[in-house]
Amino acid sequence: MIKIHNLHKSFDEKVVLRGVDLDVFDGERLVIIGRSGCGKSVLLKHILNLMQPDKGYILVDNIAIRKVGQKDLFFLRKQFGFLFQGAALFDSMSVAENVALPLVEHTDLSPAEIERKVAEKLELVGLPGTQDLRPAELSGGMKKRIGLARAIVMDPKYVLYDEPTTGLDPIMAASIDKLIIDLSNQLKLTSIVVTHDMQSVEKVATRVVMLHVGKIIFNGDVQALHQSDNAVVNQFVSGSIEGPIQPKPVKY
Amino acid sequence: MIEQISGFGSRAIRFIQQTGEVFIMLGKTVNYFGQLWKNRSLVFYQMYEIGVKSLPLVIFVGIFAGAVASVQTAYQLQGFISFNYLGAATSVAIFIELGPVLTALVAAGRIGASIAAEIGTMKVTEQIDALESLAIDPIRYLALPRIFSGFVMIPVLTIIADLVGILGAYFVAYMNLDLPPEIFFGSVKDFFTIMNVMSGLIKAFVFGGTTAIIGCYVGFNTSGGAEGVGQSTIRAFVLSSALILLNDYLISVILF
Repeated sequence: MIKIHNLHKSFDEKVVLRGVDLDVFDGERLVIIGRSGCGKSVLLKHILNLMQPDKGYILVDNIAIRKVGQKDLFFLRKQFGFLFQGAALFDSMSVAENVALPLVEHTDLSPAEIERKVAEKLELVGLPGTQDLRPAELSGGMKKRIGLARAIVMDPKYVLYDEPTTGLDPIMAASIDKLIIDLSNQLKLTSIVVTHDMQSVEKVATRVVMLHVGKIIFNGDVQALHQSDNAVVNQFVSGSIEGPIQPKPVKY
Repeated sequence: MIEQISGFGSRAIRFIQQTGEVFIMLGKTVNYFGQLWKNRSLVFYQMYEIGVKSLPLVIFVGIFAGAVASVQTAYQLQGFISFNYLGAATSVAIFIELGPVLTALVAAGRIGASIAAEIGTMKVTEQIDALESLAIDPIRYLALPRIFSGFVMIPVLTIIADLVGILGAYFVAYMNLDLPPEIFFGSVKDFFTIMNVMSGLIKAFVFGGTTAIIGCYVGFNTSGGAEGVGQSTIRAFVLSSALILLNDYLISVILF
């Protein structure tokens, strides 16, 4: 279980998070929605301590991730997989080397075992036989799948997805959504998905939270999301120009 | 007036903070030196990138630096001192100053800038965050091999630059002054001291480490996309070059 308590974060004058409280329960697929630049990705990076909060704390399995030393922090991080928005594949490595990197660094597996495990994960994300390709040779959707294969190669307990369908065509986006659901069911993962793609939300979420102006303004299932009487939530879900959210970004 | 003082003060604080951050990064890297063997494939790759791939440029610069030194020294000696001392004068200048400084400046352009660009690109494309998320310390994975290779390979390149520099100097002495090899190399040998070579290598060691450390630090602190990477590349080169010349002066004061 992940517990986020009273999280605050600012970048110079700009306040991004202003007291976020959120519990993530084991086995669920939590989707965090909100406008671009509302702090969804920032929140996600705090969970892995890739960013440090100005105030508040995060507990991962009852351990305060910010308080632990580097060795324990790395131990905790090994329980996570993170799919970055641009996949963040290492340009200088092949697909196989990208996926194998955590195994090479953290396990004593033989090269043959690593090769087998890489092939297994690539099969799982629907890209078998791509081991020798370089990131520059991959399409956007393929990069995300390879990024996902790398994220799950250590069999993590939690997988964090940062806008997994952004920039993809609807068919590829649907296939990534299906992959998130399948992996979550097959590997019994706890998933946190950050997105503003409402089609993804409908398919993937077992619970939705909405972040707006640095705070959580909605927490419930997809049905409750559609029945919400919050004007901000309704405008975001319907994608309407009319409403309390202005097209011009709000100066916080 | 108060604004100017305040601006100067904040710049001074920023400078002290950045200097502290560089030393903290160096400290963390040195802490990982015990794991060099475990990371040998990364280290050997960087030694190849920094050392072997710089060889053509270093040889080119070394030959011409030696040749110019020979021409200039001959011009200075003309009419005052015998050309028999040309080899000694040129080789001492090459060992102490030209070899290490020119090699390091070439390295600052080629290696420092390339390290900053590579790590900077990784930073702005979230590859550094990806390493962290995979429980891999970027200092160990990226900085350690580059900084260690900088410390080791720049002295090696300097030795090669020294040798080809002296050959370049002799070539000019032979072509312009008809100086026989036994006279030229005899005077090199007569005035050769280990101290001269060692002082050059100490400089090269410091310059190599400085170049790689600055490249890594600037790279890790890159922000702002492609433009930021471009600025980091320039910043790494300018900072490394300035620090090479500053260190050159400080080491010379200490050693001589």
